[in-house]
Amino acid sequence: MSWFKRIKEGITTSTRQKKETPEGLWHKCTNCKKIIPFEDHKKNYFVCSYCDHHERISSNDYINIICEKKSFTELFKEIKSIDPLNFEDKISYSLRLKNATKKSGLDDAIKTGIGKIGNDSICLACMDFEFIGGSMGSVVGEKISRLIDVCIKKRYPLIIISKSGGARMMEAALSLMQLAKTSAKLHKLSENKIPYISLLTDPTFGGATASFSMLGDVNIAEPKALIGFAGPRVVKETIGKDLPKGFQTSEFLLEKGFLDFIVHRKDLKVKIKKLLVFFKN
Amino acid sequence: MQYLEFEKPIEKLVDKLITIEKLNSEGVDTKKTIADLKLKIKNKRNEIYSSLTPWQKVQLSRHPQRPYTLDYILQITNGNFVELHGDRSFKDDKAIVGGWGSIDKKTYMFIGQQKGRNTKERQFRNFGMSNPEGYRKALRLMKMAEKFNKPIVCFIDTPGAYPGLEAEERGQGQAIANNIIEMCKLKTQIICIIIGEGASGGALGIGVGDKILMLENSWYSVISPENCSTILWRSWDFKEKAADSLKLTAENMYNLNLVDEIIKEPLGGAHTFPQKTISTVKKKIQSHYNELSKLSLEELINKRINKFTEMGKFKNKK
Repeated sequence: MSWFKRIKEGITTSTRQKKETPEGLWHKCTNCKKIIPFEDHKKNYFVCSYCDHHERISSNDYINIICEKKSFTELFKEIKSIDPLNFEDKISYSLRLKNATKKSGLDDAIKTGIGKIGNDSICLACMDFEFIGGSMGSVVGEKISRLIDVCIKKRYPLIIISKSGGARMMEAALSLMQLAKTSAKLHKLSENKIPYISLLTDPTFGGATASFSMLGDVNIAEPKALIGFAGPRVVKETIGKDLPKGFQTSEFLLEKGFLDFIVHRKDLKVKIKKLLVFFKN
Repeated sequence: MQYLEFEKPIEKLVDKLITIEKLNSEGVDTKKTIADLKLKIKNKRNEIYSSLTPWQKVQLSRHPQRPYTLDYILQITNGNFVELHGDRSFKDDKAIVGGWGSIDKKTYMFIGQQKGRNTKERQFRNFGMSNPEGYRKALRLMKMAEKFNKPIVCFIDTPGAYPGLEAEERGQGQAIANNIIEMCKLKTQIICIIIGEGASGGALGIGVGDKILMLENSWYSVISPENCSTILWRSWDFKEKAADSLKLTAENMYNLNLVDEIIKEPLGGAHTFPQKTISTVKKKIQSHYNELSKLSLEELINKRINKFTEMGKFKNKK
């Protein structure tokens, strides 16, 4: 009677048969598909209360989670992307930028600024996957670079929250050089003995992993975040085999020795605070 | 000699020349015809090589007869080279080679990605795609050079860092990131030369230096045109368009201030005249080293860091 068994998981009702519900009232977990009231989900740091799945969230959400209320001041908002190569694929890069801004309401794939954790000021850079896949172009590099200047000048610790598909292809070699640019600045930060905590979230790949994301004094990650250099699809094609379960997850990276620890989103602020105290005292 | 599709007109003329030269050796007087043909070949080369498209340059950068890292090292050092192996923690990566060598009695540390010429060699060298241990070996050698105050020369020629399962397990991203930050602060002169393909983080992993030089028919970008085409157009067929869009040629890179100098190749390309190309590269290494060695180490590193931190294009208006 095997045809009674549901073999495929996650079969969903077609859109036509679905009943309308006002948006924003409910949240459906992208992992276990269970439904919870949105307010509860938000209170739970956008982590599914059934399966503990950490939903991808925006820079603003992270700022609210980590920084004290109303303590965050955004810096370098005026730095914006241009299309230096007149890059064109199916659509032009300029148009892509416009669309991304319109769709996400963001200026670029990163937000930088100064905030407070407890009574201590920190410099925080947080990436947004919503903006062209959190890709790193000249703007991401420049904002991180300038934020590090602030860190050095004010002696504030640096926290970067990575969430990136890698370097931004539409800026080609210019985006590649942001790996060197951010790393060079991190070297300056290190020379000044100012701590840098790198938080890797789902997903962190390519250029981010090959530069600032992996260069923290302490590298931490959220549970089950996908982190790697080459994307899983590329790796799968290269080896011509299915990937082992849990490949490129935070747990995998912790086991292989590339992370210091994994932190649940609800503990994020407390853990960071604790670390900063160790560095300070 | 292997000829690419767009080089076929040259092949025809060269074949003709060979036949006639043979006749000449048999006693037929063909001096004039030979001279004419040689001029024709030169003109044809001029015509073809002065108007190469970016995609044609990509093809040239991968030409199987183009000199590879070890060809450069061996000719530049006149064989006075000792290869050093292993990263001291996992294994010896065959896709990156390195070791001590000397030019006119001056010791240099040479490092570079190595490709293979036939199927067996290519597999042995993993197509010039390094694993994390390759980058770690490179860094070990660079640190040794720093310790003994010797300059470093890096030859870049890779289709990318190897995207394999074990590479991920051993931290490909971390290995590259670590090389980049370490190369920013190495207290010795670093000259990087893109001799063929410069693909993405795999190239930059040994590509941070005081002088970044690029051969005329090499390319450097964040991704190969083929992969770019696959991602953006969902098809392999737009590689030529992708090569245009990526602005990956030496000329583009120089105009964007991302490399310091273009090294001209002989008319006909490095694959046609490898020895001549290599001796030009040798002179460039020497002259750049002489220039760099005049700077104090502090100046050198500050200049290096400033160069890279200034890279990028954006608008900055309130």
